[in-house]
Order: sequence, then structure tokens, then C-alpha cells
Amino acid sequence: MPRRAALFLLLAPLLPAAAARGAVGDPAERLADPALEARARAIGRELRCLVCQNQSIEDSNADLARDLRRLVRERIAAGASDAEVVRFVHARYGDFVLLRPPLTAATALLWAMPALALAGGGAAILLALRRRRAAPDAAVETAPLSEAERARLAALEAEGGERRPS
Amino acid sequence: MNDTGSLPHAPPRDAAAARTARSRRWLLYAPLAAAGGAVLGFWALLRGLGTGRYDPRGVPSALIGQPVPDFALPPLEGAGLPGLSAADLRGGLERPALVNFWASWCVPCLVEHPLLMRLAREGTPVFGINYKDRPEDARAFLGRHGNPFARLGADQPGRVAIDWGVYGVPETYLVDRGGVIRWRWAGPLTPPLLESELRPLLRRHA
Repeated sequence: MPRRAALFLLLAPLLPAAAARGAVGDPAERLADPALEARARAIGRELRCLVCQNQSIEDSNADLARDLRRLVRERIAAGASDAEVVRFVHARYGDFVLLRPPLTAATALLWAMPALALAGGGAAILLALRRRRAAPDAAVETAPLSEAERARLAALEAEGGERRPS
Repeated sequence: MNDTGSLPHAPPRDAAAARTARSRRWLLYAPLAAAGGAVLGFWALLRGLGTGRYDPRGVPSALIGQPVPDFALPPLEGAGLPGLSAADLRGGLERPALVNFWASWCVPCLVEHPLLMRLAREGTPVFGINYKDRPEDARAFLGRHGNPFARLGADQPGRVAIDWGVYGVPETYLVDRGGVIRWRWAGPLTPPLLESELRPLLRRHA
């Protein structure tokens, strides 16, 4: 029983993915031409479902997502290019509908963040290395024992030696 | 640990060590400062949620400042009201108008309905677009709660709503006299919103 529970826990993260795949599983929605359908899917995966927000319209069961999927397929069937289809949706719903936001002044920080984080981390490591080199062995250096300390240490060692069993 | 004696405290080995010790002391306060920052941020977030200034589900409209999209909707069957098309909004309105997307199955629409009634009584033209609804349900809704709409288009497929960038009902758009979209509110209108945002806008575009 515990083993079965463990198995379930292991597989649980896969369940939403399986359910999501079902969302576009309706054959009536698909385009007859597999090449066009593949294009529609690729576009749909780049478009945010505005109701569920963290899913693409290809992954969502929401009504609006279904409408948008249908719209993407209609446009593609009518001969629109991928860019034209995306522009069509973008004109209505703005940057928010794009799961990959365009690079603008408002999103510059978002896009630059990985590079900034990497540069910051690198700088911190370099700084730490340089400091360590400037003060070699600072960490392991110990002050010599004073006369009194040495005497106390000797006393403690002698005491420990007496107490040791066997 | 040491019960017997007092080990003399080691004096600072050199000035450099003392300096690093001092410069590291702020590290001790860094987590506290981070926690304080997080508290402030969370407070601002909650406050924003409370006042409606911050809405995590709010999608900014891409149509602000643009003319209303091309569309033509048939009237709602049996409602006795004319339908709605882009020409009705572009053809020189006398006053700024509201375009309200609603449905009889939508509870927030019921909540905001009295406000639409009030605005219509006060003389603001209110145009309706009935979204993905059954005509008989929509008619029953208007019969029970009153009709604020001067014109009412029926958008059963929801296609015109997509042209307006609607992502859920209710949504309300303010269209100025030239037919340009000036404001959009996603969600039910509320009395505070009416006073703080909508009325000033209606006055400004009058």
C-alpha cells in the first residue's frame, strides 16, 4: 500500500499534463492538413489563455481558449502566415497574450535579469576570491598559545590521559 | 564548555581582520532587512488588491486610444431593441457611451446591473453586447431586472468579443464621441468605481 502511494506521488505531477493534452484532443477542432495543424499548434503554444493565464490556449479547456484556437486555425486555413496570425491576436489582447513577451522598455529588466543575475554572482565570486588571495591563510591562521594557555593545555591533556579507560 | 577558567580573549590579530569583521556585521542584518522589504512589498500588494489598484488578473486593454473595431451584431431576438454595429459608435455620438458585454448566466453582471440602470436613467447611452447567451435567457434577465440598453447586439459565437479583446463578462468600455475607446473595466462596475473613475471620464469626454 505505501509503495502504491509512493508511486502515485511520483506520477501525480504528470496528471495535469495528461489532462491538458486532452484539452486539444477534440478531433473536430483539428485541421485536416497535418502541416497546417502543426503550425496552428506551434502558434497556440505561444499564446496565453487569458482566463487561466498560466496556460497556453493549446493547453486550456477554457471557452475563450477554444474560441482562440478555432480562430487561429481559421486564419491559417485562410492562408495567413504565422506572424499575421499572432499579430491578429496581439492587436486585440496586447502583449499580455504573448507567452514570450516582446523586448520593450517595460520588459527590458525582465529579459536582462538572467544575465544580470549571472554577472552579479560572478562578481561576488571574483570579489571573494580576490579577498582570499589578499589575505592568505587568514582562515587557518591561529595565534600562538600564551604561556598560561600552554600550561592549561598540558594539565588538561594529563587529566584526560588518566581518565581514559583500559 | 569551559567551566574552569577564563581564556583570555584573543586581541584583534590586525587592523585588516577587524575591518572585515566590521564590514561583515551588516550581513547579520541583511536577512532582517530582506524580511522587512518582503513585509513592505506584501503590504503594498494587499493594499493594492483592496483598493483595486493592483489586479493580478487584470489584463490591460490593447484597444485604449483606438477606434472601436469593425463589427455588426444582429439585435437580440424578440427584445425589441436595435442591434449594434461599429457605425452606431463612430457616427458622432452626442455623449460618451458605454459598451457593456454581459450574459444572463454571469453573476457579476447581475451585481453591476443596477449601476447600468442608473447610468442609463442619468442619460449616459449604454449599449449592450449579449455574450454567448440564449436569447430567451437574456430576455428574461432584462424583463426581471430592467433594460438599460439603448441598443443590444447578440454575440452568440463570441467572435465580436474577441475583436474587442474581451476575456470574460462583464466588461465595460467607454467610447468617446468620436468612437475612440478611452477606458475599459474588466469585472463588475461598483459604486466607488463609478465615482472615482467613470464619472470623471464621462465628464472629461462629454
